[in-house]
Amino acid sequence: MDATIAMSLDLKGLSCPIPIAKTARAMKELAAGQLIEVFATDPGSVPDFKAWSRSTGNPLVESGKEGGVFRFVLRKKET
Amino acid sequence: MSVATPEQPAVEPAVQKPEEAEKLVIFAWSGELDKIWPTLILATTGAAMGKETTVFFTFWGLFPLVKNEVRITGENWMQKMLSMMNRGGTGHLKLSKMNFAGAGKAMMMHLAKEHNVASPQELMALASETGVKLVPCQMTMDLLGLKREDLIEGLEAPAGATTALAEAQGAITLFI
Repeated sequence: MDATIAMSLDLKGLSCPIPIAKTARAMKELAAGQLIEVFATDPGSVPDFKAWSRSTGNPLVESGKEGGVFRFVLRKKET
Repeated sequence: MSVATPEQPAVEPAVQKPEEAEKLVIFAWSGELDKIWPTLILATTGAAMGKETTVFFTFWGLFPLVKNEVRITGENWMQKMLSMMNRGGTGHLKLSKMNFAGAGKAMMMHLAKEHNVASPQELMALASETGVKLVPCQMTMDLLGLKREDLIEGLEAPAGATTALAEAQGAITLFI
């Protein structure tokens, strides 16, 4: 599996539902198994990315915070 | 921050729950800013979650679909009066409480901008772009004197209650 990040999104400063909407749209351009990293500052994005991953089946492989910025890494699911 | 390996996911493994509804249908009955806002947030999120999402706009909910530049709608004096007192368009919505003749609304829009919250106009455009089906209700359009050309582009053909309920079968349904 390719563990490098295929796409990076800077969604800092944006509020619900834009981070999820933009991530969902960006992920359509990825191939199955590819990783996307997302930077966000909306605290609600922590539970939301988890829920989005659970609901859509795209695994959330990383969820962390560094210097007030949340970073999520998602893997596009195999179809 | 830990990097996940396939054996040990950092978060929880994503398991698609089979019982999860794949459709979201919202009945947008209210035309106020503070109700159309969550309607559009939920609709765009539904689309982002891969759900086939439809919003049926009926009664007061039709007015946010009116083009912002359209002022008077309707054919008879009652319909015209209605549009004068209840101007349509996402840019002219009122708060359902604490509107204070527009001052409350202005403050709310100011706060939204400060917090980087997308405006109803932006969310309506996003909904259209992300494949949310926006369906105006034909009967209430006729009743309130709203014509197809009074309404924004990108809408589905006007339809009735049967279409709405058929679409709602097996979907998450919300009446806002």
